[in-house]
Amino acid sequence: MLRFILRRMLQMIPTLLAVVLIIFVIFSVVPGSFITSLMSEGRNVMNADVLAHLNEQFGLDKPLPVRLWDYLWGLAHFDLGISYRTRSPVWDVIEPRLWPSVKLALAAMGFAAVVGIPLGFLAALKPGSVFDTGTMMMAVSGLSLPEFWFGLLLMYVFALHLGLLPSFGYQAGSIKYIILPAVALGVSPMALLARTTRAGVLDVMNADFVRTARAKGLSEPRLVRTHVTRNVLVLVLTTLGLQVGSLMGQAIVIEKLFSWPGIGSLLVDSVSTRDIPVVQGTVIVIVLWFLVINMLVDVAYAAIDPRIKVT
Amino acid sequence: MRVRFNFALGLVLALLVIAAAISAGWIAPYDPIFDADLMNSEMPPSWAHWLGTDGQGRDVLSRILYGARVSLTVGLVSQLINSCIGTALGVSAGYFGGWWDDLVNGLTNVMLAIPSLVFALAIMAVLGPGLPSLLIALGLTNWSWTCRIARSSTLSLKNQGFVQAARTAGFGDTNIMRTQILPNILGPVLVIATLGIGGAVLAEAALSFLGVGIRPPQPSWGNMLTDARELIRTAPWASIFPGLAIFITVLGFNLLGDGLRDMLDPHMRTRRT
Repeated sequence: MLRFILRRMLQMIPTLLAVVLIIFVIFSVVPGSFITSLMSEGRNVMNADVLAHLNEQFGLDKPLPVRLWDYLWGLAHFDLGISYRTRSPVWDVIEPRLWPSVKLALAAMGFAAVVGIPLGFLAALKPGSVFDTGTMMMAVSGLSLPEFWFGLLLMYVFALHLGLLPSFGYQAGSIKYIILPAVALGVSPMALLARTTRAGVLDVMNADFVRTARAKGLSEPRLVRTHVTRNVLVLVLTTLGLQVGSLMGQAIVIEKLFSWPGIGSLLVDSVSTRDIPVVQGTVIVIVLWFLVINMLVDVAYAAIDPRIKVT
Repeated sequence: MRVRFNFALGLVLALLVIAAAISAGWIAPYDPIFDADLMNSEMPPSWAHWLGTDGQGRDVLSRILYGARVSLTVGLVSQLINSCIGTALGVSAGYFGGWWDDLVNGLTNVMLAIPSLVFALAIMAVLGPGLPSLLIALGLTNWSWTCRIARSSTLSLKNQGFVQAARTAGFGDTNIMRTQILPNILGPVLVIATLGIGGAVLAEAALSFLGVGIRPPQPSWGNMLTDARELIRTAPWASIFPGLAIFITVLGFNLLGDGLRDMLDPHMRTRRT
């Protein structure tokens, strides 16, 4: 098992390198640099000496391959570089944003799992019923909903109209602030989970071993508990894991809408100010989160399903 | 029965949006940009303005109708680009195998690891706002599923009798891929593309909402929501209706894609009924 985890971690390295390379190249061909974006903010009279000095300070005077090599060398030492804007190490800019983002992703996923899985399960137990049809209509609607619009509506109803919850902002340790963004972000994974769970349960219910168990006289509740649940778990876990993994990237718009101080809003802000080291750093964090969660899902498989062998 | 109903509903919604986009120039009661009337700003829905007016007194309905053009162009064209890239890479990787297959596989994995919205945001930052940039950003970042399906289908097809027969008959590689393999994988590719249209419409709205998509005053559903966000307290209709337009469009194409998949894949049909 340990060897499997180790090998999967090694496999992440080429993917990460490719991501770094792609992002690095994309932002190196940008016509405007951070310095020109400083000038476009109204400070457009810039002394040539100052310009040269800034270029030198940020290493922008070196050729592209050298800059790439310097960056990779830094990465190998867990150094993400220096932020153009704050002049502090990129990691110090990212680190305070990390926990709010993780918290939001987990809260959204918690909402999705608590609502979506039971809905899909119950729908599958009575296929074709009104409840089933209603749940599936809701699921396909949930997948089609623009989440920031849904968030805006939630804000309108629960914050502005009813005054029950704060409309935006963040407070460490307060649950009130996280409810609306988590529901807005969780609605599409919730819909997906309901659909996947339903399809999985229906598949298992039609399997031979369930028919045998039924023929043997197993009561329906016991059948669901012992035979169905465990078999569906693998499928549900995969969907859940993949969603948690990609949620940090999807959260960008919701974080912006609710002024949530997470990785996503940092990314958007750094893109608009062309603070490239921070952009690269946040993208690396988002991708790393995705890869690590996927690896954990693979490891969890083996624990749940003995048929899956870890090699 | 339900599958047919969903498919029909999806088709109706999608056709409705396409019709609105095409006929926007004739049926829109006002000009979406120039008919701004500050005396009539933030007016609730009325006979003169069916869906109300926005912060600058522009007719929300007219702007939604013109916005449909942007959303549909982005949805259809970006998915066309994605399908072409994904199919070309997937079929050639599955057919030739070897180092090319490894390379394409690696690239697909990288593309799957970067969230497409993050990638598109980065590309938009480089290219600058506007429709052409949006088409490129969304057309280049979402081909990995198509590529995977095309590759795995090609792998199972290339050793079948009819492909071998074509080879024996002297068909070249390109010819075999075009005439023997491509027609057989078009179904699943079409399903992914249809489902992808909804995703692209959502992505356009999200990028415009973040300020890197379509630049105002040109109406897009995303930038209409950005403008209306500030007015949510005084003019909620300016937010509700553009969002509803996005929802209806995405729902239509999602139902259409689901329906197509069910029709093409009998296994899925038994599972659902």
